[in-house]
Amino acid sequence: MSKLKLSCQEASHICDKNQYKEANFREKVILTIHLIYCRACRKYTSRNSKLSKLVSNPKVKTMDVSAKEKLNAAFQKELANHQ
Amino acid sequence: MPKHVIDPNQWIKLYSDYLFNYTITRVNDREIAQDLVQDTFVAGLKSMKNFKGEASERTWLISILKRKIIDHYRKINSKKGKAEVRMSYNSDENEGDWLEERVADPFDKTAEDSIENSELGAAIHDCISKLPEKQANVFKMKTLLNYETEAICNELEITASNLWVIIHRARTAMAACMEKNWF
Repeated sequence: MSKLKLSCQEASHICDKNQYKEANFREKVILTIHLIYCRACRKYTSRNSKLSKLVSNPKVKTMDVSAKEKLNAAFQKELANHQ
Repeated sequence: MPKHVIDPNQWIKLYSDYLFNYTITRVNDREIAQDLVQDTFVAGLKSMKNFKGEASERTWLISILKRKIIDHYRKINSKKGKAEVRMSYNSDENEGDWLEERVADPFDKTAEDSIENSELGAAIHDCISKLPEKQANVFKMKTLLNYETEAICNELEITASNLWVIIHRARTAMAACMEKNWF
């Protein structure tokens, strides 16, 4: 793969990867080149990074998977008692 | 208006994250928050008959949770025995320098900040709950819990490219939803 032109589909895939810091240097370069001439992907990228910024806010919290399983187990026991 | 029905089998899946986020912004401790959420579900189960169907399940559960949080604070307060009076001086030599203390601390989080943050959490969980189940799952694991791509693939038995497609759809939907509800 040595081409410099990306399809928009590929570009959005790299953009998604980039949100998790998983795109490599080459990918970032050709994504930037793509963004120069592609308006739609520019828009997608800006929305995507805005979303990342919101979600990375430390106040946004979720339960760990293990904690959730524990909760589920306890609740199922209670549910069985109840019925 | 259609009456809301109650179905405890779905509770954990649908509401635990929302309730947890609601709780943790108010008690600031994971363990306690988890206990409170669990208490809420159990209490909800016990008083299911009282559910009139006027509000949605989630609103109803939140109202129980609010009571639980208030109870929690009552309990820790009564342990102390009496109200605590706190004076905060920055350090000993500053004592008496009251004018100094009135200057706003730039590193202090303002009240507005934290209000905005707790609402942001609710808005995000609101949007996540609108996603299809699989997308919601993958998005949460990848974005909020920061799992490695490989770990998610193994756990859910999907391929990496499959995962990225799901992530892409979820992100598109999330961005649209947040744009509508947040900005």
